[in-house]
Amino acid sequence: MKIKSNIAVSDNGFVFNPASGESFMVNPVGLGMLNMMRKGQSQEQIVAAIQEDYRAEAMTIERDLLDFVEMMRQYRLLQYDDE
Amino acid sequence: MTMTSKKTYERPVIKKLENNMPNKFGTRTIFEPISHLEGQAVNDLIAKYGSPLFVISERKIRKNFRKARQAFETRYPRVQFAWSYKTNYLDAVCNIYHQEGSWAEVVSGFEYDKAIRNGVQGNKIIFNGPDKSETDLRKAITNHSLIHIDHLDELYMLQDIARNLNIRPKVAIRVNMDTGVYPTWDRFGFNYENGQAWDALNKILFSGMMDLVGLHTHIGTFMLSPSAYAVAASKLAHLAQSVLTKYNHEIKYIDMGGGFASQNTLKGSYLPGSDISPSFDDFAEAITTALMNSDYRPKNPPLLILETGRALIDDAAWLVSTVLANKRLSDGRRSTILNAGVNILFTAFWYDHKITPAQPFTSYTEDTAIYGPLCMNIDVLRESVTMPLLNKDDHMVIHHVGAYNMTQWMQFITLRPKVVLIDEQNKVHVIRNNESIDNIRSLEHVPDHLLNFE
Repeated sequence: MKIKSNIAVSDNGFVFNPASGESFMVNPVGLGMLNMMRKGQSQEQIVAAIQEDYRAEAMTIERDLLDFVEMMRQYRLLQYDDE
Repeated sequence: MTMTSKKTYERPVIKKLENNMPNKFGTRTIFEPISHLEGQAVNDLIAKYGSPLFVISERKIRKNFRKARQAFETRYPRVQFAWSYKTNYLDAVCNIYHQEGSWAEVVSGFEYDKAIRNGVQGNKIIFNGPDKSETDLRKAITNHSLIHIDHLDELYMLQDIARNLNIRPKVAIRVNMDTGVYPTWDRFGFNYENGQAWDALNKILFSGMMDLVGLHTHIGTFMLSPSAYAVAASKLAHLAQSVLTKYNHEIKYIDMGGGFASQNTLKGSYLPGSDISPSFDDFAEAITTALMNSDYRPKNPPLLILETGRALIDDAAWLVSTVLANKRLSDGRRSTILNAGVNILFTAFWYDHKITPAQPFTSYTEDTAIYGPLCMNIDVLRESVTMPLLNKDDHMVIHHVGAYNMTQWMQFITLRPKVVLIDEQNKVHVIRNNESIDNIRSLEHVPDHLLNFE
């Protein structure tokens, strides 16, 4: 669950992939998750941190985080260990 | 940090920014949540009456009706509406139209009995449709109802019954015709162009056993072209004049049927229904002008009867429902499953119903497929729609569901929900209770040898 190192993320949720030229928009919760992923935080740490800030159950956050990661994988924003 | 200082959670979303040709209609179709219906909070309605739930507005029904009546009455001296029972035959709904002065338009023995039980006078019931049994016809003749003959077999049966009862049935024939709109509905009634309709009229008048009182047509459904009604009105008026010329017999009414489009959006339509559906004034102008300009010259202008259903009630009802789950499809699209599907929203097969969240949402959206709860692949409410981020247990409002859903709904794998009516004082009344398993099982019988098993 690592973000490619060349991905640029702005403070207001604009995401740019210089390798493909594609750009994306993330909402505030997504931006928080994305930044924590860039810092290499674990799934449990991210869920706990989001729960600290937002009114939501851990189970809901975890489910949404997995879906969010899956979408980033589909958009080829993730880097695998052997890359 | 206390619970109250925490921010409202919205699920994370990442959306690719596309540099395609801009869409001149914009990408967002929903701007505001619909949290209240006729002054009642959607959340409260669901808490009290369950989800899903049909909600009907008495105020809107009456408003639509008065608008339609005004459109015709300001253009033509004698107008009568007949409520199309098949569109929505909940007794409370029918009675609103009857209070407004509508007759009843029925297409089966079941609907006929419903109208009688609602207290409609027999001579104010129009009996249409191809399926009228001998028992139905006897009842209708005795009650002096207006029988619209669909085919020759019915005409001959009517003659037999009239002879036996020694009562003259009041009849009209249904006429189908080419109005320039395709496909032509030629399966109901007698064709104008090939002479069938004229033959049927001659048979009725020659027999001398029936009172020919009207001519009826119903040229199609969800008609977007008022000019087609002008063609139809001209052709009926021409038939009426032919009868007057040959038999010196005046046709008392011209029944233009229904079929006016509502504000819903048909699947595949480029523009939304609210932008392209003609108004009552457009239909009224086309029909009344054609009638008044026709060559029909009776002593008294014929009564103009209208059987419009859909356009009067579609936007007077909503279906409120709840998000069961969110899923990701294999192509990356979001899918949302609601607890209301095509079992109770039959019209989702041909409309792209507007669906709005009942709670506030942010500006972030996703392309979403909206499914119903059935274990059936065809249970799709919207194949692809730009929706705000929806969460499990969110409430949703589906718009313009008043026509046909509460008559064509299916009791498939689950039970049908309550229907409530919000009156003009914003008071809520349950006008149809939800079904129970006992309701369904009470009709079944298990033979003795099938009662037990291990």
